[in-house]
Amino acid sequence: MALDEIKIGGLGASRRRVEDNRFIRGKGQYVDDIVLPGMLHMEILRSPVAHARIKSIDVSAAWEIPGVRLVLTGEMMAARNLAWMPTLSYDTQAVLATDKVRFQGQEVAAVIADDPYIAKDACQAIVVEYEMLPVIVNPDQAKASDAPLIRDDKENQPTNKIFDWEIGDKAGTDKAFAEADKISKIELHYPRSHPSPLESCGSIADFNRATGKLTVYMTTQAPHIIRAAVAMVAELPEHMIRIVSPDLGGGFGNKVPVYPGYVISILASILTERPVKWIEDKSGNLISTGFGRDVYLEGEMALRKDGKILGVRMHTISDHGAFYADAQPSKFKIGLMHSAFACYDIPAAHLTATGYYTNKAPGGVAYRCSFRVTEAMFFQERMVQAAADDLGIDQAEFRRMNFVKDDMFPYRTAFGFLTDSGQYAKCLDIGLEAIGYKNFKAEQEEARKRGRLLGIGISTMTEPLGAGNSREYDIIGIKMFDSAELRVHMTGKALLRTGAKSQGQGHETTWAQIVAHELGIPAEDVVVEEGDTDTAPFGMGTYASRSTPVAGAAVAMVSRKIRAKARKIAAHLLEVSEEDIEWELGRFYVRSNQERGVTIQDCAMAAYSNVPDGLEPGLENNAYYDPPNLTWPFAAYLAKVEIDPETGVWDVLKMVAVDDCGVRINPMIVEGQIMGGLTEAYAMASMQYITFDEEGNCIGSNFMDYLLPTAWETPGFELHEVVTPCPHHPIGAKGIGECATVGGPAAFVNAVMNAIHHTGVRNVDMPLMPNRVYEAIQTGKDISGMPPVRSGN
Amino acid sequence: MYPSRFGYESPKSVAEAVALLDQFGGEAKVLAGGQSLVPMLKLRFAAPEMLIDINNIDGLRYHRVDPDGSIHIGALCRHEDLEFSDVIAKSQPTIAAAAHLVADPIVRTRGTFVGSVCHADPQGDWAAAMIALDGRIVAQGPKGKREIAMKNFVSGPFQNALAFNELAVEAIIPAPKGVARGGYLKLERRVGDFATASVAVSLDMVGDTIARAGIALAGVGGHTIDATEAASVLVGKTLTAESIAAAATAVAAAADPRTDHRGSSDYKRHIVETFVSRILTGIANTSQKAA
Amino acid sequence: MTSLYDEVAPTPPSNVPTRRITVSVNGEPRTLDVEPRLLLAHMLRQGLKLTGTHTGCDTTNCGACTVLFDGRPIKSCTMLAVQADGHEVETVEGLASASELHPIQEGFKQEHGLHCGFCTPGMMLAAKALLEKNNNPTEDEVRWALSGNLCRCTGYQNIVKSVLWAAEKMRAESN
Repeated sequence: MALDEIKIGGLGASRRRVEDNRFIRGKGQYVDDIVLPGMLHMEILRSPVAHARIKSIDVSAAWEIPGVRLVLTGEMMAARNLAWMPTLSYDTQAVLATDKVRFQGQEVAAVIADDPYIAKDACQAIVVEYEMLPVIVNPDQAKASDAPLIRDDKENQPTNKIFDWEIGDKAGTDKAFAEADKISKIELHYPRSHPSPLESCGSIADFNRATGKLTVYMTTQAPHIIRAAVAMVAELPEHMIRIVSPDLGGGFGNKVPVYPGYVISILASILTERPVKWIEDKSGNLISTGFGRDVYLEGEMALRKDGKILGVRMHTISDHGAFYADAQPSKFKIGLMHSAFACYDIPAAHLTATGYYTNKAPGGVAYRCSFRVTEAMFFQERMVQAAADDLGIDQAEFRRMNFVKDDMFPYRTAFGFLTDSGQYAKCLDIGLEAIGYKNFKAEQEEARKRGRLLGIGISTMTEPLGAGNSREYDIIGIKMFDSAELRVHMTGKALLRTGAKSQGQGHETTWAQIVAHELGIPAEDVVVEEGDTDTAPFGMGTYASRSTPVAGAAVAMVSRKIRAKARKIAAHLLEVSEEDIEWELGRFYVRSNQERGVTIQDCAMAAYSNVPDGLEPGLENNAYYDPPNLTWPFAAYLAKVEIDPETGVWDVLKMVAVDDCGVRINPMIVEGQIMGGLTEAYAMASMQYITFDEEGNCIGSNFMDYLLPTAWETPGFELHEVVTPCPHHPIGAKGIGECATVGGPAAFVNAVMNAIHHTGVRNVDMPLMPNRVYEAIQTGKDISGMPPVRSGN
Repeated sequence: MYPSRFGYESPKSVAEAVALLDQFGGEAKVLAGGQSLVPMLKLRFAAPEMLIDINNIDGLRYHRVDPDGSIHIGALCRHEDLEFSDVIAKSQPTIAAAAHLVADPIVRTRGTFVGSVCHADPQGDWAAAMIALDGRIVAQGPKGKREIAMKNFVSGPFQNALAFNELAVEAIIPAPKGVARGGYLKLERRVGDFATASVAVSLDMVGDTIARAGIALAGVGGHTIDATEAASVLVGKTLTAESIAAAATAVAAAADPRTDHRGSSDYKRHIVETFVSRILTGIANTSQKAA
Repeated sequence: MTSLYDEVAPTPPSNVPTRRITVSVNGEPRTLDVEPRLLLAHMLRQGLKLTGTHTGCDTTNCGACTVLFDGRPIKSCTMLAVQADGHEVETVEGLASASELHPIQEGFKQEHGLHCGFCTPGMMLAAKALLEKNNNPTEDEVRWALSGNLCRCTGYQNIVKSVLWAAEKMRAESN
């Protein structure tokens, strides 16, 4: 008898999470929980100003504080060729500043001491003399002819421009615009945001001079990339480097890059020959580590009067901060911005992109998204709404009319991506029904007469998740595949390791479910390990929703390799030929006699005790999975809001999410991911952003100013599902971790814009804080969010 | 995250605390709830030589209504004591409305009313409420007690009128002439946010007539703003659309907001006007219902 | 008598004054020598190795360090260890008995109230304080009571469900 897949915790089971057992007892082990014998503590001194030449650094008073073991400055790093390090976008970044500081919060010196309190005391005792320079906080300032040159350290960098880049069909797009009945234009800013996982970054570097081995416990989403980077930066042999990523208190893309703190702690451990722990404070995390977004759009759409989109032009201007340190596939300068409009059937599209240096923190990480896809989909859905409004066509109808239809797959998008599956109109219809769209216009009209402002916003999108394939996707040359290694022990219990790294996604639970699905080994019999480069197979880590599409596929593939070998053993045990054997979940049986069979556990025992001649003993294997394509989940997000016209405060009356992420491994976890993503979407739409004043002071350097919503403001969510399996993924799954963060913001913004459409306002930049909404209603004018923030009266 | 070194004393009596303050001559800080002071120590915005922790002094955690109708709040009365207080819910609507808007629920278990008033944060809730209520602070120094009227107590941003060797031991809210009515509204973008603008209103009403009107504002000036003079347009009147509008306009003019990332000065002034109007309209509506 | 904080700072400058304090932690009296500036959160984490109490921010916003202090929730990064002298502290490690989980712990697991687990101890202790005052809260009351604790992963909806699940179980158990 085949097993009941749900009972053994296979595909589709809302299995309760394995990792919870330690977390709910306070027994998780995060980096800061690890204590090594003789461990020292490191604190970093950061620049209080955004742009200045360092005239002098006096560390003598710091050295005199009892308990201080080491004080490091840029000069000392430079003596070891470590003052600068490469970024993930082929630029360089200062580890400790030597010449200038280029953003507020930049690392200037570090103190290693017996405890962190003393290290902080010593940081305070360091005297740095700065000569102030003019500050740049937006691309307009960066491109001004008299702008100060931020990167005077680089050769061949005469201006603050980092790149010009383009993709798409310029000629075809120009033609579409020439033939258009109407051209719809909009300018938008996706403000700078920060992933801000609750746990900041940190590391414990432990260099053992006797063995030559360096072990680093580190908050990283991609331990193997870090190992390669450390080998290159620190010039240590790769086999003598062990990176361990223990439990992570969230990541959201913030824990992908290599940060100066990691590098300094490694050097400090080498110099002191003691383990050195660095735990970044929240302010350090917010002002210096990988931010997301900060992109401006000039968008244009060529339209036929019946509503058909003929062509799209996008020009993005991106603000990368002082170092170009985007974490993204190397080939694409502005990530996958060109995934915009993938769900729409559009003949021609052209994207141009320009990037600038500014006196702001570097980063440009994929904050809960797949490399600028969040910006792409936000721009797309804001442009779509503006176009529908300009044509006077219903926003839902306009989308439906332009969707790629169910029978058009595989579909080549105007920017060249290949989408493979989806039921876009069905998802939208479910959402419209759930939000009550049918009678909404009358309701809105009626409410407006009584002074109430109601709006419904829609955002529909398909996004590319799960990079590779490796032909097109690499990070600093390392191809974007992933891996799994499975060992089935003789009693049928198993150990699975992957190259991914969970930060809350529940891999320990879901990977075991894939094994259960493929092999019939109950999920509870499979233990999952990740994050230790000495034991885990090589992988690119977890970000860009790539775990299930890539590592998850590798788990399925390695399980199938195990099954193939178990089949040989089963044939041996059943004394028939392999061809006469059938598989049902957990069991091989003789085709002619279903009663005669052996379980996968029987095969496991035999693999170590009764191996057929000519077959290697043991039952373990690994798989490296290079996906043939990205996966393309689709989502329709709909928000209904009410604005208080007297204050500009808006409330979410209802939020509906319809997600099609293909086959769901663990529906409970999938829904958890969606709700988490919707909350970040709401956060960005309503309050969460980082801005700067004229002097480059970061507004948003702590949780007093950088506002994250609490349980009180966060709306409730209503979730719906559609399942269109991914045609190329072994179990039909698509990425899901980031869909709601990517597609959600436009739903909220479109809802508020819909509510104030009658005022003539076309755009209010995020976050839609009450003052911005109120001002828009009062003036009937668009509101720009470009820094610097206004100050003074 | 790591405060500088400081000395620490935990006196067992007010007299002992005052003696310590006197001894350290202005280099000591009083630690009550610590919900503003400890973060400042951690960020090293404050680095006192000595902390005098008053939490071990018995008899300071109280709030009560005296027979004459005055309300007395001890130096260790926590925000949540007021939030969940039946006495306050029945007798003091301004305090009741503000109590659950102070910081967040966890901070409210520890932070103190009197400490918050003394902190005199321009965006703080309690200093504004106390000014609107025409309250007084009882200060104890080496030579005894004195009372300081709230209108003289907040002397600037994060500044109060206490001498270095005085401890604020109690806040007093005087008995209303007639019935105490009032309210408190704060525009915050999320729980625990600094106020974009807050309005505290306290009215003493005899029948439908306003015998005393106190209004104070937070978040809309370099310090807590006493708008009682502006509110005086209400005295002797009843709450009508006209009197409410006049008061809202006058109070908004008393605000002195600064344009920043929370909004323009015009916006903040408008919020003040809206909130004054909403609180007063709310009072008028419930009075009507009661009648 | 042990000087627990000294275990992590083996060579504190000898001229630094410390104070001897005794704190009841999860029902057990613990005696430590601490510098006045040591935060309670750090005492728990480093001195007592109770690393379930996390520190997430510097500004008393995130609530990851929430513990119960004489039964009420406080942010332990915003209290000095010396202030705990003579008081009772309950941390996440004190929630479960040797044999069984507290209903709040069970609720968080059943309703998927956590992802990365970093905010979870603080959330659960804030929830415990709520349920001790109000064993049948509404969804809004739960949201309000937890509004001093930030979560970046879950979107809160399942945290709220977890607390309501626990409330129901606790009511059933007390009947």
